[in-house]
Amino acid sequence: MKDTRSSQTTAPVIEAQGLNLTFETADGPVQALKDVELSIHKGEFVSFIGPSGCGKTTFLRVIADLEQPTAGTITVNGMTPAEARKARAYGYVFQAAGLYPWRTIAGNVKLPLEIMGYAKSEQEKRVKNVLELVELSGFERKFPWQLSGGMQQRASIARALAFDADILLMDEPFGALDEIVRDRLNEQLLDLWARTEKTIGFVTHSIPEAVYLSTKIVVMSPRPGRITDIIDSPLPRTRPLEIRDSPEFIEIAHRVRDGLRAGHLDD
Amino acid sequence: MRNVIPVLTIVAALIALWYIAVVPMNGQWTQDQARRAGQDLSFSELVADTMSQSRPRLPAPHQVAAELWNSTIVEEMTGRRGFMNTGSLSNRSLIYHGWVTLSATLLGFAIGSGLGIALAVGIVHNRAMDASVMPWAIASQTIPILAIAPMIIVVLNAVGITGLIPKAIISTYLSFFPVVVGMVKGLRAPDQMQLDLMKTYSASGPQVFAKLRWPSAMPYLFASLKVGIAAALVGAIVAELPTGASAGLGARLLSGSYFGQTLQIWSALFAAAILAASMVALIGLIQRVTLKRMGMAA
Repeated sequence: MKDTRSSQTTAPVIEAQGLNLTFETADGPVQALKDVELSIHKGEFVSFIGPSGCGKTTFLRVIADLEQPTAGTITVNGMTPAEARKARAYGYVFQAAGLYPWRTIAGNVKLPLEIMGYAKSEQEKRVKNVLELVELSGFERKFPWQLSGGMQQRASIARALAFDADILLMDEPFGALDEIVRDRLNEQLLDLWARTEKTIGFVTHSIPEAVYLSTKIVVMSPRPGRITDIIDSPLPRTRPLEIRDSPEFIEIAHRVRDGLRAGHLDD
Repeated sequence: MRNVIPVLTIVAALIALWYIAVVPMNGQWTQDQARRAGQDLSFSELVADTMSQSRPRLPAPHQVAAELWNSTIVEEMTGRRGFMNTGSLSNRSLIYHGWVTLSATLLGFAIGSGLGIALAVGIVHNRAMDASVMPWAIASQTIPILAIAPMIIVVLNAVGITGLIPKAIISTYLSFFPVVVGMVKGLRAPDQMQLDLMKTYSASGPQVFAKLRWPSAMPYLFASLKVGIAAALVGAIVAELPTGASAGLGARLLSGSYFGQTLQIWSALFAAAILAASMVALIGLIQRVTLKRMGMAA
């Protein structure tokens, strides 16, 4: 609760104003983002939901300085995305775990720490801590192929948490996993968010996942990619899985579904 | 171990074919000899003779094996100029000639792999090199090595470089190419997501190379080194042909063909094949150990 109160008084962690991004393709320009306005405050869990091509991943990549906007401004921690990236402001979790097959789990988690020049003893300490955080203690010396898909994705989250970025950007991290594993990881992610107090940007296709996880749901629609609705979730921060059967939950899910449908009516 | 039986079967079939071919290949000479001497040969006498001529058109496998044995172990152990008698390798033994060729091969292979890796690194990291180097590398391999080898030797000789270096350079010429091709592919093996991940860490160019591109390229490197070392050996042997070199497997091949010593030619050929096979096997072993330590199946 501390975080929500402070979010009202401090500057937003991520702020986009009039953000546009057009890709030049062989079939002519494609507008991936049109006039995106969004503020994300510290400690928020923001989900981006929408059909393929709505620009949700593109927006996340703009925050991460992996794509350049063609118009408008965006700040991350008050800096440009490029400065924020160089200041190591965020950790990024991709759709696929993308662990290096030639490194052990500990070695993979250590990768960003090596690049950022942490001392050896500090590396060991942090690897131990984050692997505990994602419940992978004891798997340090295993290679990625010896782990299940869900465990690999947890290791990749640990890798993004290993250094002190206070923003965590996740691009459909559980998209390739089955429902049961996904529920479990969602629970763990909420737990991890509560403990680390990070600001999380989370791209997903799944309405229940977005509603269950988020304090703020950004509904997007394609052609051109734009925000159609921003929903502040009234759900409490501590959420058991059963909350998904509550009337509040179902109501928000309804609103998200309506938002998605409205976006499609334009076609 | 399950591979052993099929491999042995093929080897046995090849040796059988070889023995069968020996009779018609050498039979003409035997019959001519017999006619001049006014003799009639039975079939078994004919076969026996074709297998034991001193300068056959096609030596029988056991003759080549015996020649290999005599010109290596026997020569060094008991020969007048052998290792046991003089303390240095005999210039009549294949061990000596093999070593002469091997040293040029290894030097050329080392330079060639280094050059190949360096060029691949340049091609992957520099747009201008990407556009310009590969066509030249490919063009270099379309020139017959037999045509260019004498020129390299003559030119280097004119500036006073002789002996090992010119041969190693021709080995280099043949062995850098597979390494360039393999390593360019290997260094480009990381996908966009892995490169993006490195970017999110603000990793420097050398870090991306050391932590991502180089390890990704390892399987490709070993595959191309295997091709490269075999090519390097061919290069070293070819380099010995035009100079009238007095030492090396190439020199043995050449003098064998001057004097019609088919046994000498065949044993030198087999020595070269054994040399190449053991070098490729050695690289395969290093590959297995390395990839296993990297957690990747070989």
